[in-house]
Amino acid sequence: MPTLFKIALRAIMRNKLRSSLTILGIVIGVGAVIAMVSIGQGAKSMVEKQLESIGTNVLLIIPVSTTHTVTSARGMTAGFATLTIEDTMAIEKECRAVNHVSASVRTTTQVVYGNQNWTTYVSGVGPDYQIIRNWPLESGRFINQRDVNIMAKVCVLGQTVVANLFGTLDPIDKWIRVKNVPFKVIGVLNTKGESPMGQDQDDVVLMPYTTVQRKIMGVTYLGIIFASSVSADTRFEAIEQITALLRQRHRLRPHEENDFTVISQVEFASTIMETSRTMTLLLGSIASVSLIVGGIGIMNIMLVSTTERTREIGIRMAVGAKEKDILFQFLTEATVLSSIGGLVGIIFGIVLSKLVSSFGGWPALLSPPAIAIAFLFSNMVGIFFGYYPARKASRLNPIDALRYE
Amino acid sequence: MQDIVLLEAVHKVYKMGEVAVTALNGISLTVKKGEFVAIMGASGSGKSTLMNILGCLDSPSQGKYYLEEIEVSNFSKNELAEIRNRKLGFVFQNFNLLSRTTVLENIELPLIYGKQLSKPDTDRVHQIIRTLGLEEYQKHYPNQLSGGQQQRVAIARAIANNPTLLLADEPTGNLDSVTSTEVMKVLCDLNCNMGITILLVTHENDIARYARRVIILKDGKVLSDTPSKSSTTPASQALCETTS
Ligand SMILES: Nc1ncnc2c1ncn2[C@@H]1O[C@H](COP(=O)(O)OP(=O)(O)O)[C@@H](O)[C@H]1O
Ligand SMILES: [Mg+2]
Repeated sequence: MPTLFKIALRAIMRNKLRSSLTILGIVIGVGAVIAMVSIGQGAKSMVEKQLESIGTNVLLIIPVSTTHTVTSARGMTAGFATLTIEDTMAIEKECRAVNHVSASVRTTTQVVYGNQNWTTYVSGVGPDYQIIRNWPLESGRFINQRDVNIMAKVCVLGQTVVANLFGTLDPIDKWIRVKNVPFKVIGVLNTKGESPMGQDQDDVVLMPYTTVQRKIMGVTYLGIIFASSVSADTRFEAIEQITALLRQRHRLRPHEENDFTVISQVEFASTIMETSRTMTLLLGSIASVSLIVGGIGIMNIMLVSTTERTREIGIRMAVGAKEKDILFQFLTEATVLSSIGGLVGIIFGIVLSKLVSSFGGWPALLSPPAIAIAFLFSNMVGIFFGYYPARKASRLNPIDALRYE
Repeated sequence: MQDIVLLEAVHKVYKMGEVAVTALNGISLTVKKGEFVAIMGASGSGKSTLMNILGCLDSPSQGKYYLEEIEVSNFSKNELAEIRNRKLGFVFQNFNLLSRTTVLENIELPLIYGKQLSKPDTDRVHQIIRTLGLEEYQKHYPNQLSGGQQQRVAIARAIANNPTLLLADEPTGNLDSVTSTEVMKVLCDLNCNMGITILLVTHENDIARYARRVIILKDGKVLSDTPSKSSTTPASQALCETTS
C-alpha cells in the first residue's frame, strides 16, 4: 500500500493551490470541532474549579433586592442596612436545611506591619466562615465565637497579605496595624488561588465581624451573610427557608419585593455552563456545516481530477489495474487530502481554542481523544465523499479511458 | 506447438445510437508460440478493434477467444484485468506513458498491480532496462525523452511482467524511419531471443517485413494470411542471428 500512498501524495502535490483550497472546509470543520470540545471542557473545568473553591452548597444572602441588583460590588459593600446579626442568628436557629451561617462585612483599607504596608480587603466574618468556605489554615487558629463576642483585635491573614507584609517571616503572634489599631495575627490561611472571576482570594485579612464593624468601620450593618446548606441537594430548600424567614422578619407584605437576595453558587455556575453550551452549539454547527461543505469540495475536486486523469486510469487499467486498484487509488487520494486537512485543522483548532479562551477568560483544555476523533472524522469525510468519484473512475472502460483526449 | 491465440468467428459490433458499426465480421485465426505476426489493412478495417480484443481491453460481441487455450471471451472485467497483467503486454502508437512518473516507475507499473514486487521481478526489470538501453534514463520523465526512447520505455513496460503475448498497435506510427527501425530491432530481438510472441499492427510494408507472417484485414474480415516474403531477408535474419 505504500505505493498507493505515494501515488496519492504525488497527485495532491501536483496541484498545490487546488489541493489547499479543497481542504479548507475540512480545516475549518476539524478546527471548529477541536475548539468546540476544548472550550466546552475548559468551561466545565472552570465551573468545577469554582464550585470547588466556593463550595457546592454555599449560599450568599445579599442585602439588595433582585430588581436593583446585577449584584454590583459597590452595592454589596456599601450595604443597605437590611441584614442584621439577628437575621444571621435566626437563620442558624430556624432554617433546618442550613447548617452553617456566618455574618460578614467587608472594607478596603491599608494594613501595616513595620515599615511595610499593603492595601487589601478586611473582611469581618464569624467562626463558621472557615467551614462554609472550606478554607483550611496553614498555621495558627481561626476566629472563634469568643473573639466575636469580645470584639477581639485578632486577625487571620491570606497568603498574598503574608507575602506582602512579612515576606518570609512567620506572621503568627505578630501585630499588624489597621487605622492605627494593632491586631494580633492568630492564623494564616492556605492558598485559595484566583476566584472564577479572576480575583485573588488570598488578598484578604479576616477578623471577627464585630471587630470590623466597631473598630474599623464604625457601622452596625452587615454586608453579606454566608450560609451553607446541609448538602448540595438541599440548597433549594435552604433558599426557600431563608427567604421565608427573612420576609417574615423584615415584615414584608405579600405584594412587597424581597429586600435581599439569596444566591446559590451552583446557579451562578450554571450560567457559565449555559454560555459555554451556546458557544459549543455554535461551533458545533460551524463544524458540521464546514465538514459537509469540505466533503463536497473534496468530491468536486476528485470528480474533476478523475476526469482529467481518465487517460492515466486507462493506462493503469491496460497494464492490469483492477477496478478495486483504481478505486483504492482515488479513495486514498481523497483520504490523504482530507487527512492533510485534518492535520492542518488540528493546528487551527488549537490556535482557535487558545484565542477564544484568552478572549472569554476560559481555560483552553485540549482533549487528545477529541483531537483523535476529529482527525478520524476528517478521514471518514474523505472516504465518504471520495467514494463516488473513485467508483466512477474505477468503472471506466479501459479503451474509452485510453482514447480520452 | 501450443496455440497462444485462437479466435473463432469473432465479431465486434459498435452500437452508436441507432447505427451499428460492424468493426469485426467473423475473424478466425490462430497464433502459435514464438510467432511474429504483422496485421495490415486500410484504415477502418478493424485492426485496432482486433488488437483491443486480443489485448483483453475489450470483449467480442460474438465468437470465441482462447488465450493459451483458456476461453477469455466471457471473462469478467476483473478477470480480464488479471489476464492483461499476467499474460499480455500492450504497446500503443502514442506510447501512453504516465507523465510526471519516472521511466523506472513507468516500467514497473504492471508489477505493482500484480503480486508483491519480488526480487526476481526487480531483477528482470533491470535486465530489461539494460537490454533496451534505458539505464541512464531511469530517473528521467517521459517528456525528457525522444519518441524512440519513449517507445522503448513503453516496450519495457509491456514486457515487465514477462507476458506470453506482446501486442503493438502501430508502434512506429509516430516515429521517423530511423527510430522506427530501432524500435523494430528491439521487437525482433525480443521475439528471437526471449521467445515472446508478437502481434503488430502497421500499414507500412517496411515495418511488416520484420514479421514472419502477415495478415491483411479488410472490412473486419481476414483478406489474406501469408508468411512474410521477407522473413528470409538478410536484414531481419542477420538481426536475429547476431543477437542470439
Ligand atoms: N468505439 C467505437 N465506437 C464506434 N465505432 C468504432 C469504435 N471503435 C472503432 N469503431 C469503428 O470500427 C471500425 C474499425 O475501427 P478500427 O478498429 O479502429 O480500425 P483501424 O484500426 O483498422 O483503423 C471503424 O469503422 C471505426 O469507425
Ligand atoms: Mg487503428
